[in-house]
Amino acid sequence: MIKVNGRDYPWRAELSVKQLLAEMNFTFPLIIVVINGKTVPKDEFTCTVIENGDDIQAIHLICGG
Amino acid sequence: MNLEEIKNSHKLLGTFNYQLGQIDKGYTNRTLYVNLSAKTFAEKPVTELMKQKFIGGRGFGLKLLWDGINDNTKWNDPENELIIAPGPIGGITQYPGAGKSYVVGLSPLTQSAMDSNVGGYFGPFLKFSGWDALEIQGKAERDVILFIDGTKGTVTLEEAPLEELNSHILIEQLTEMYAESEEDKVNVSVVTAGEAAQHTLIGLLNFSFYDTRRKAVRIKQAGRGGLGTVFRDKNIKALVIKSIKIRGDLNNPHDLSTLKKVGKKMHKEILSLDDSQCQMRKAGTTHIVKIMNDYDLLPVCNYKFGSDPNANNITHTVLISKYFNLNGHDECWYGCTLSCAKVINSFKLKTGPYKNKDVIVDGPEYETLSAAGSVLGVFDPEFVIETNFYCDTYGVDTISFGTLTAFVMECYENGVINQDITGGLKLNFGNAEAALELLHQMAKGEGFGVIAGLGIRRMKKLFIEKYGANPDFLQDIGMEVKGLEFSEYVTKESLAQQGGYGLTNKGPQHDEAWVIFMDMVNNQIPTFEDKAEALFYYPMFRTWFSLVGLCKLPWNDIVPADNHTTAEPAKVPEHVQNYVEIYNGVTGSDIDNNELIRQSEVVYNFHRVFNLRMGYGTREFDQVPYRAVGPVTAEEYESRQDRYDRQLKEILDLNTAEKTTEEKVRILRNYREEQYQKLCDAVYLRRGWNSNGIPTLETLQRLGIDFPEVAEVVKKYS
Repeated sequence: MIKVNGRDYPWRAELSVKQLLAEMNFTFPLIIVVINGKTVPKDEFTCTVIENGDDIQAIHLICGG
Repeated sequence: MNLEEIKNSHKLLGTFNYQLGQIDKGYTNRTLYVNLSAKTFAEKPVTELMKQKFIGGRGFGLKLLWDGINDNTKWNDPENELIIAPGPIGGITQYPGAGKSYVVGLSPLTQSAMDSNVGGYFGPFLKFSGWDALEIQGKAERDVILFIDGTKGTVTLEEAPLEELNSHILIEQLTEMYAESEEDKVNVSVVTAGEAAQHTLIGLLNFSFYDTRRKAVRIKQAGRGGLGTVFRDKNIKALVIKSIKIRGDLNNPHDLSTLKKVGKKMHKEILSLDDSQCQMRKAGTTHIVKIMNDYDLLPVCNYKFGSDPNANNITHTVLISKYFNLNGHDECWYGCTLSCAKVINSFKLKTGPYKNKDVIVDGPEYETLSAAGSVLGVFDPEFVIETNFYCDTYGVDTISFGTLTAFVMECYENGVINQDITGGLKLNFGNAEAALELLHQMAKGEGFGVIAGLGIRRMKKLFIEKYGANPDFLQDIGMEVKGLEFSEYVTKESLAQQGGYGLTNKGPQHDEAWVIFMDMVNNQIPTFEDKAEALFYYPMFRTWFSLVGLCKLPWNDIVPADNHTTAEPAKVPEHVQNYVEIYNGVTGSDIDNNELIRQSEVVYNFHRVFNLRMGYGTREFDQVPYRAVGPVTAEEYESRQDRYDRQLKEILDLNTAEKTTEEKVRILRNYREEQYQKLCDAVYLRRGWNSNGIPTLETLQRLGIDFPEVAEVVKKYS
């Protein structure tokens, strides 16, 4: 199990950041991903693999309408 | 009829000559007062106290309105006013989004003080013509045009019987009439409403600007709250202003070099990053449709649902590929590199009085794609564009039109009203033709359009009293707060945004607070205290734009490349610092980001007391319809059953398998309604208000607005 924005999410082996965002349908372009306190650069979303127990923040920088 | 004949029909009712004066650090230090009943004019000084406390824009509008009316004034009394004010930063050309002005008056929908922001050239031209605000009171006997000639220092009030009323024709006629040449058209701006503004309570105002590359007059809208209806109630056909040629130093700023430096940095940021971020330069605000649909936040069928597979038909992809013309002038004020004012150069109308005409359409923007589309269960871009055009030219707010029509459709589908009542209109969800016919009826002041044009709050009362409708059901599905229709976001899964709509001064409009993603998706504000802090900071921060004359979009629809490394990326700290520097650069002040918030807090609390003075502004008026909070019907619940069942299990430890849908709807409702009340308590506390939502005397004292007439209002409720 992993945490995504404080909520439980099932983990599986080889799950990448890019795959996770796609599964969550997080399509907004201004998004920051932080794993266990460390920011993942956008160009590393595909190659960054999520470990079981990771705490992930997927912060959408959108404050309006 | 040619323009010469139309112009010759004008009858001069009054003239006012004034010294053009000098702008000093963003202010002209005077406002222009016009009384249409008495046909009189006056120059009012702007005091230092007024600048310190009310700053400009919406702040000036609220102060002038407060002083101009009495406690019993109604929206259609002659004492009601329309005030237009740009703010001290308004009109600079160095930084994007600096051409906004603010319209303030008593709203026919909310019966209290309304403010609506708008682009276009009129606001900056007003300042460059010598005025920090235009304050109009009284009623003309017949249709008039008020013309401010900022090149000569004259104001004329002219009876104007022959011009068309609908905006797309009227603005062309008046631009042509008051410009001395083709080159001079760029120095003329016009404010108009339209035929529907005089038959409904949801009238808007169009503010024009001349697009030199397309050689066409374009318009932006002050849409919310029915201020176009007030305009027509005063028998104003148009306001026209003619300005001196625009230069970058006309505000006579304290420090022009700072404006240039900060502006240059921002333009560079937009040009290098927009394409990889929100693509505002290509898509404008339309890029939001797909995002809202993806996150289940796009209103569908009167906010029952948050997404629909057919929404792909009305996204920015379709608009860019088939409709938008991207080869022109898409900024609504000089120097805005974000350039979000998208336009359709040529669109052939299929219905109404201008059927088969090719017209230019400004927009559609995000809100209209929902209001004239998804919220009605309509996913035809051509219908959206046609409705966009007719709402603008008739002078109708697309948001209120869409939200109230969606309410009518749900009433129709539930048998609250029928074809006998609608005059034969089959107002089912998805019936685009019927919705357009309703709009045409509003313009003509005929049929069911007259009833719909009253807005949701009055329709609810009418349907209950006349047709025996269930008041609880109508309260649940009627998407209005304080009498104003909701703007276009589904808030069911964001408690904070429910407050962002309910705990507002003017009603549920997203320009005050929009915290859905912080709350629902990012889960950054999980506690009541966190939500209350967000509902303190963001409304105050956003209010500041309305005081100084800025557009919100360049704040966070583009962000610096390293924004994610800052402590609070959602606030976009570098841009906040830009605003501090620009404000100081124009006015010569020395504020910081804390003082910026305090400036807003003063006006925000004054607005709250204003509502109180008019008989509103307490807790009962902050309540939202349950459709904004959770699923009203079994249909809604079952459409997202997994989500709701999971919440009942995780939060309330409920065995959902043992419950019927109706039981689960009721249990969820009890829980969510209780949460909303707790949110109210937390927000009131954070804002320095008592448990009834009234600013305390200590709060007014802290903010320095415990003026006798303000404190007296609050004391009545203490």
